[in-house]
Amino acid sequence: MTLIFILLNLIFFNVNAIQPDEILENKELEKTARDIGKELRCLVCQNEDIQNSNADIAKDLRALVRKKLLEGESKSQIIDYVHSRYGDFVLFSPPFRIDTIGLWILPIIFFLILSFFFFRKK
Amino acid sequence: MRYLFLFIFLSCIYIFYEGLKKDPKEIPSNLISQKIPSFSLTSFSGTNFSDLDLKKNEVIILNFFASWCPPCSIEHRFLTKLGRNVSIYGIAKKNEHNELSSWLNKLGNPYTKIGMDYEGITSIDWGVYGLPETFIIDKDGYIKYKHVGPILERDMKKIKSIIKNLK
Repeated sequence: MTLIFILLNLIFFNVNAIQPDEILENKELEKTARDIGKELRCLVCQNEDIQNSNADIAKDLRALVRKKLLEGESKSQIIDYVHSRYGDFVLFSPPFRIDTIGLWILPIIFFLILSFFFFRKK
Repeated sequence: MRYLFLFIFLSCIYIFYEGLKKDPKEIPSNLISQKIPSFSLTSFSGTNFSDLDLKKNEVIILNFFASWCPPCSIEHRFLTKLGRNVSIYGIAKKNEHNELSSWLNKLGNPYTKIGMDYEGITSIDWGVYGLPETFIIDKDGYIKYKHVGPILERDMKKIKSIIKNLK
């Protein structure tokens, strides 16, 4: 019985640090706000997005995202704004640039090298 | 081929080892060498406090702080020391006016002007993620240096020399 309860909880209880008073009335905008929240990293809590973090700065950023959405800004405008303030660290998926190219290319190269060794005929 | 493989493997270990020495809590500021962001706040004394107040044609310090932040109280006396040579401006994040007032009465007020960032939006504009944070701004209004965390005895020499070089 306990096990079932835990499993049900895991399935239906989507962990969100977001407070009821933060939620926007407009469902469409709220959905966009949550999408943005999942792409931005909380700056003080290492590998947690602002959507799921209880830290003050995450709460401030959530409020800012919603404020900007209500002012009519788009998702990419808001992400660009936060990126311009906090740098690459705040983005969960790093941008594809010359200095970050290793992050994107190296895993593929390693995969190719390893597959070469693995499938090579002796 | 085998040696190449070994070389790649050892390089990876070296990069990983070097990475371990870095402090993940320190996030480089994206605003270094940029012009100060524009903002407009009510000041502690009730007047207006904006980016224009920071363009004084001299090197200045802008300190983000709050009376509810314990490291800010520790930093306070070092800021006061710095304030003898350079004007210090403050932005108080999410601070009630009366609490800030009694904090300043107790510790003294080294700030030329304090902006009240009640909602914390201006702090985000400046890329602030924890308190205290301190910016050094040059004569032309460009951000030259950011110090995260309290300024302590060990940081004084570095900060003084940065200010001296900018003057």
